[in-house]
Amino acid sequence: MPGSAVSSPRDRRPVFLDLSRIALPVGALASIAHRVAGVLLAIGIPVGVYALDLSLRGPQGFARVAAALEGPPSRAAVVVMAWALAHHLFAGVRHLLMDLDVGSRLPAARRSAWMANAGGLAVALLAAVATW
Amino acid sequence: MVRRGPSGWLAWIVQRASAVYMLAFLVAGLAWFMADPPGTYPAWRARMAGAGTGIATAAFFAALLAHAWVGLRDVVLDYVRPRSLCAPVLVGLGLGLAAVAAWVLRILVTVRA
Repeated sequence: MPGSAVSSPRDRRPVFLDLSRIALPVGALASIAHRVAGVLLAIGIPVGVYALDLSLRGPQGFARVAAALEGPPSRAAVVVMAWALAHHLFAGVRHLLMDLDVGSRLPAARRSAWMANAGGLAVALLAAVATW
Repeated sequence: MVRRGPSGWLAWIVQRASAVYMLAFLVAGLAWFMADPPGTYPAWRARMAGAGTGIATAAFFAALLAHAWVGLRDVVLDYVRPRSLCAPVLVGLGLGLAAVAAWVLRILVTVRA
């Protein structure tokens, strides 16, 4: 690769990426899930805008969007997006509270990370039950 | 003290402020949706054509796209390698988000026409 002919110490750092042996602390799990959820939500933006556009074009478009939400694939997508939104929101509120110095000490941070992870899954479960 | 490049405080503020607005919008919107579901096309259209809803929704999408920009920019800078690819990817991302902004604006303007 041009531009990096001089290898810096950064380039020679050891890389350990054996995911089966990396035991993530609960806070790290909340953090990486926050990022994954954010990317999922971003991918959902054009889909959501398309649905909004179609639903406002006329009664036919509205009916098409309503019907599209009925099928099993879109129900699965709704459950995944419900998880993504809920987890991103809970983990995000956790960050906002930490900005205000609420719960930034380790025991409280671990507790709230656990709550964000569980809360996201609970909402996904609710969405699965609601769309069944 | 040597400072190189932007400090990132603007991105930090934008990310937090947009998050707080979106949280309020989603909670209020969901409560309204559940209390009075717009189950038919005329009801849905009438709701989205309201001036208050239009402004609040436009502000929501502005917040959403700004928030997505800050978050996706972080993701791109963290994972896209070689680093020389970051700039073109970010340009594409910015154009994509701008296109979505124009699309949303058109939807919200047409619904009131």
